[in-house]
Amino acid sequence: MTAIDPTAHLTAEQIEELGRELDAIRDEVIADRGEQDAAYIRKVISAQRKLELASRGVLLFSLFPPAWLIGTAGLSVAKIMDNMEIGHNVLHGQWDWMRDPKIHSTTWEWDHVSPSDQWKHSHNELHHTYTNVIGKDNDLGYGIMRVDEDQKWQPFHLGQPLWNLVNACFFEYGIAAYDLELGKNLGKRRRKDPEFRARARAVGRKIRKQVLKDYVIHPLLSGPSFLPTLAATFTANLVRNVWSHSVIMCGHFPEGVQVFERRSIDGETRGQWYLRQMMGSANISGSRAMHFMTGNLSHQIEHHLFPDLPSNRYAEVAVKVRALFEKYELEYVTGPLPKQVFSAWRKVVRLSLPNRKPKVRASKRGQEVLAA
Amino acid sequence: MTSATLRGRAWKLLEMVTTPLLPSDYLDLVSPLRAGADLRGRIEAVHPETGDASTVVIRPGRGWRGHTAGQYLRIGVDVDGRRLWRAYSITSPTDRRDGRLTITVKAVPDGKVSNHLVRRAAPGTLVQLEQATGDFVLPQAKPAKVLYLTAGSGITPVMGMLRDTDFADVVLVHCAPRPRDVIFRDELHGLAANGRLRLTEVHTGTDGRLDVARLDELVPDWAERETWACGPAGLLDAAEEHWAAHGVRELLHTERFRPATVVTGEGGEVTFSATGRTVDADGATPLLDVGEEAGVLMPSGCRMGICFGCVTPLKAGAVRDLRTGEITEAEPGVLIQTCVSAAAGPCDIER
Ligand code: FES
Repeated sequence: MTAIDPTAHLTAEQIEELGRELDAIRDEVIADRGEQDAAYIRKVISAQRKLELASRGVLLFSLFPPAWLIGTAGLSVAKIMDNMEIGHNVLHGQWDWMRDPKIHSTTWEWDHVSPSDQWKHSHNELHHTYTNVIGKDNDLGYGIMRVDEDQKWQPFHLGQPLWNLVNACFFEYGIAAYDLELGKNLGKRRRKDPEFRARARAVGRKIRKQVLKDYVIHPLLSGPSFLPTLAATFTANLVRNVWSHSVIMCGHFPEGVQVFERRSIDGETRGQWYLRQMMGSANISGSRAMHFMTGNLSHQIEHHLFPDLPSNRYAEVAVKVRALFEKYELEYVTGPLPKQVFSAWRKVVRLSLPNRKPKVRASKRGQEVLAA
Repeated sequence: MTSATLRGRAWKLLEMVTTPLLPSDYLDLVSPLRAGADLRGRIEAVHPETGDASTVVIRPGRGWRGHTAGQYLRIGVDVDGRRLWRAYSITSPTDRRDGRLTITVKAVPDGKVSNHLVRRAAPGTLVQLEQATGDFVLPQAKPAKVLYLTAGSGITPVMGMLRDTDFADVVLVHCAPRPRDVIFRDELHGLAANGRLRLTEVHTGTDGRLDVARLDELVPDWAERETWACGPAGLLDAAEEHWAAHGVRELLHTERFRPATVVTGEGGEVTFSATGRTVDADGATPLLDVGEEAGVLMPSGCRMGICFGCVTPLKAGAVRDLRTGEITEAEPGVLIQTCVSAAAGPCDIER
């Protein structure tokens, strides 16, 4: 939807050839998946559990400031590991091939207020199938933000830097509301829909359990350290939320990432689907620790091309994918975290205001978006 | 309050502490074999028996309820990162002092699990177990005369019986290609030397396959003996016919090792067992489409293999991944993505 289509130089045959080359990269990893990968995820899961246990243990004594600091830091990291490298990836079915019912997309539940199955529907199915298609992929601005010049500006958008900040702090609740399609479903008739009510009840149950655990049970167990533990858990949740929100903003928001019109995906071929994923995602560069803490979503481009490949393989896949970007003269959007976060935020702020120079094409498309 | 309800409450509280995980997820980190855990075992040793067979010594978890001689167990082993389940006869006696159990595994050509257990399994490895099962067992009342008729790894359940129970009059006719292929050969000869067993080895490599009619000459009173037979299907079929022909079919007990090979091809008859519908499918149409065509309620999402919203148990048969061509055969707990899988022969989808 950008004025200049960055893929215009590719012929239809080239796009299908690109698709075949990407399929080959996927097949290679699939054929080679094995014992070491399984050992990797088991190790990560066990490390996460031990870290969480240890941190909660330390927090029992969080009346002492050093214990508070260590416990809070540990719990924050444990929560991030649970959501990112483990939860997100297990729920994508990345480890289903192991046939271990304990590490499986159909049985996994994560430390998050959105129940796994609801998240899988809105994320795996809607977001990953319709990546960056305006009107179909609600991850684009989560339905509350304007993320492209071509979307029509409304006075409501003035507040979007604030929404985004609030959303960052309470991200897991934002996601739960989003998975419930709360905005759409609060209409009078939809509210009564039994299917919606069942899902809302499931979210309610999950929230109750999570809140009870973090803000009642564990503080109570700490006895005299009740309040410090409460503060520590709150902080850990905040850190985890802001961190995941930042990482996820970097995936599709930075400058250079393309969005697509609804009609552009009619009759999309395999090659075109791949191309859309390539142009609609952005990476974060950095150290191995960085990739780990983002759940390898720093390799967002690779993840969107191959959402079911084990996350520990994205780094090696990225080398080959990047070579294809070069071969086909496409822009591989990547950069260090601060730069990407800044870029995404700048866009949020810029688009909270009306476009400076009204574009002819933009207004036409804007209406289309509205009509959608 | 009884102690049971107290314990129940304590457990509930513990679950509140560990949510969304379960207390067992943490306990498994330190004590995977404890009482109350999913049944597992730890491999403690692997002893070679012949060139291609080994005995695996397993310390079962506290939940193990023991076995009856002649029974088998199903064991889940991670091979190349993937959990595969197989059944093996238990070869240890029921009263083994250290509480360990053994299975004796013969590596079959291309057998993923058997080759792994015989050649690669390392002491310390955790395996998944199910409780012992099977009715290839001895009766309560001891028969006066017993005949065991075995071939190859068919000796394994019988070895479990021999180690467990003494009979006054036991004959074993065992077939193997060559003497050195006879699993437990030394022990069997030891039993024979002590007069506890009359042993006949048939070396099929030199003597050819055993003709069941030869039993008249090898064990003249075979028709008076309660018989347990285990080995390849050919031998068991012949035995069943022979015993039936002589009107003593009820004296014969057989144990068949399920053949591990599933016939695969292009397309086949697809059964949706939960709905009770059966349709023909070709080898190129995704099972998701096949099911929807037939009016079966199929869960779905992206329809292109990326969302895992269509995973469904494969109960029997085999399917082919339309993207990679990889064949997946049914095993308990195997789930497939119906949107990218097609029938590779007859199969049963639990929908
Ligand atoms: S429907 Fe999405 S993986 Fe099958």
